[in-house]
Amino acid sequence: MSKIKELINKIKKIRLSKMQKLVALIALIALIVAFPYMVNDKYTIHVFILCAMYACLTLSLNLIIGWSGQFSLGHVCFYGMGAYVTTLLMMNFGMNFFLATLISIVFTSTFAMLLCLPTLKLRGDYLAVITLGFGEVFRLFLTNEVDLTKGPAGIPSIPDPVIFGYAIKGKQAYFYFIMILLVAFIAFMKKFNNSGFGMAMMTVNEDDIAATAIGLNTKKYKLLGFGIGGGMAALMGSFYAVYMGMISPTSFAYAESIKMVSMVVLGGMGSIPGSILGAFLLTALPELLRAFSEYRMVLYGALMVVMMIFRPEGMWSRASRLKNEYKIKAEK
Amino acid sequence: MNEILETKGATIRFGGLTAVDGVDLVQKKGEILSLIGPNGAGKTTLFNLLTGVYKCTSGNIFFDHKNITEMKAHERTKLGIARTFQNIRLIRSMTVLENVIIAHPDCNEEKFMDALFRPKKTKEIRRKVVEECEALLEIVGLCDMEDEMATSLPYGKQRLLEIARGLATKPMLLLLDEPGAGMNNFEKEELTTVIRHITDVMKITVLIIEHDMKFVMGISDRIIVLDHGQKIAEGLPEEIQKNSRVIEAYLGSGEFKDEEE
Ligand SMILES: Nc1ncnc2c1ncn2[C@@H]1O[C@H](COP(=O)(O)OP(=O)(O)OP(=O)(O)O)[C@@H](O)[C@H]1O
Ligand SMILES: [Mg+2]
Repeated sequence: MSKIKELINKIKKIRLSKMQKLVALIALIALIVAFPYMVNDKYTIHVFILCAMYACLTLSLNLIIGWSGQFSLGHVCFYGMGAYVTTLLMMNFGMNFFLATLISIVFTSTFAMLLCLPTLKLRGDYLAVITLGFGEVFRLFLTNEVDLTKGPAGIPSIPDPVIFGYAIKGKQAYFYFIMILLVAFIAFMKKFNNSGFGMAMMTVNEDDIAATAIGLNTKKYKLLGFGIGGGMAALMGSFYAVYMGMISPTSFAYAESIKMVSMVVLGGMGSIPGSILGAFLLTALPELLRAFSEYRMVLYGALMVVMMIFRPEGMWSRASRLKNEYKIKAEK
Repeated sequence: MNEILETKGATIRFGGLTAVDGVDLVQKKGEILSLIGPNGAGKTTLFNLLTGVYKCTSGNIFFDHKNITEMKAHERTKLGIARTFQNIRLIRSMTVLENVIIAHPDCNEEKFMDALFRPKKTKEIRRKVVEECEALLEIVGLCDMEDEMATSLPYGKQRLLEIARGLATKPMLLLLDEPGAGMNNFEKEELTTVIRHITDVMKITVLIIEHDMKFVMGISDRIIVLDHGQKIAEGLPEEIQKNSRVIEAYLGSGEFKDEEE
């Protein structure tokens, strides 16, 4: 355990020069492009697509939990809403995927803020219970509103997204698509983390009395935390819908929320690398351990308890801002 | 005409306890006013009323001739009231410099859209923010520690950092809650210099809560004494020292002693 800790700390301390960064970036792009050819196995690529998708979802949930400090157990609601709104717009109005996704992001994010509004005064456990309940209500809505959502049977044969006349089709294309999204998510989170806005949100999270004393409207940051996190989840829901080609309420059960929370907690609250690590581990491991799939929820539970006891800050804890990033970025 | 702060019958009750009881207070621009009184007298609670952490049960508060009684806490900060806390409230996960930066209006009003799509403009603003915040750290004597984690500083320095953070909000009025607590005599002298700089050079009015009588008598233009939530005396330092009600209040609590020994 301490060996791993040491290793992670060592990696954290590595600082690359501009040239090294460029080389690393090119190598990374080359690796991503070459990856589907190298493995050339549909199943492995599928697992990696899921890993990357959950990494994005974990980042979006971590923004709500780790940055804005609100313990939400209903993330699946935003994820599912994104999937359904995009799908319905595409199927009923023949709308282009990207336009539909945009609308679905705005819709979900507005909804997330409205959901957050009455819970602003609640803390910790209460908020967790309410959001958990809301996820269930949403799933019941999907199941029972047969006219709108086609009920438990779900919506089959969702068309592939089309961009500049080219349809994104097949595992390989989706692999590149999700990788672009993942890179965009990471870049977005990094910008957010070092911006005045992100720092303000962290301040509100850590000490709301100190935050108001320096002029921050704590409600605004809590609302926007839900709004942005919810919008990001909606984007992932839209991706999921077109990637799977079908959606049904069972994909958006509360267990899915629990899974995402586990990824956040295991990886590290408020940590970008932690989110990715947590998502990859908890997506890939169960695939490797197919035989034990019945015990998956039990394993999640046990894992969470173990983490809470031995390493409550997660595997890759929020690098408690070791450097003055704001200043470094300003002077570069 | 040049009052910056005024309370009229400011009162707050917590259940059966009246923590602040009909306090009238007037502070002029540029004046160093001190608030003293035995433990539990209601000094911090009065600060919380002024800054909006609590709302008055009755009475009114005026800042710069505006009635701010019902105004939200963060709006009062934007209007020009800054404070420090008796029980230090710094952000643990941030560095010394960042603790000041987060309070700077140009940082916490930064548009996230600008940060994403207008990097040049954002960078320019940030450079200015960093420059100004480093200047504030210089004033409180912490500029060579800007890269350290805020909570790794010794107690006295954390209090100075809270002052710098308060200044970063660009206030007209700065409320200091026991700024000298936990400082040795040398640090208290430095603190006096810092407060003088804030009032004389930066032209910011300061209201201080402090227990150290020598410090209070040395720095205050005027003193207000609270006991059991009520104002029991008000006047120049030498008047307060001789005031029998004040001596009684302190003797009752066994607290009025020269803190040098
Ligand atoms: N939120 C609250 N709820 C109930 N009682 C409170 C609350 N805040 C303060 N009090 C009470 O109000 C009284 C005044 O407290 P306050 O902290 O203002 O005293 P103080 O003059 O700052 O004392 P000290 O010198 O010890 O800091 C105390 O009896 C305290 O217990
Ligand atoms: Mg106090």
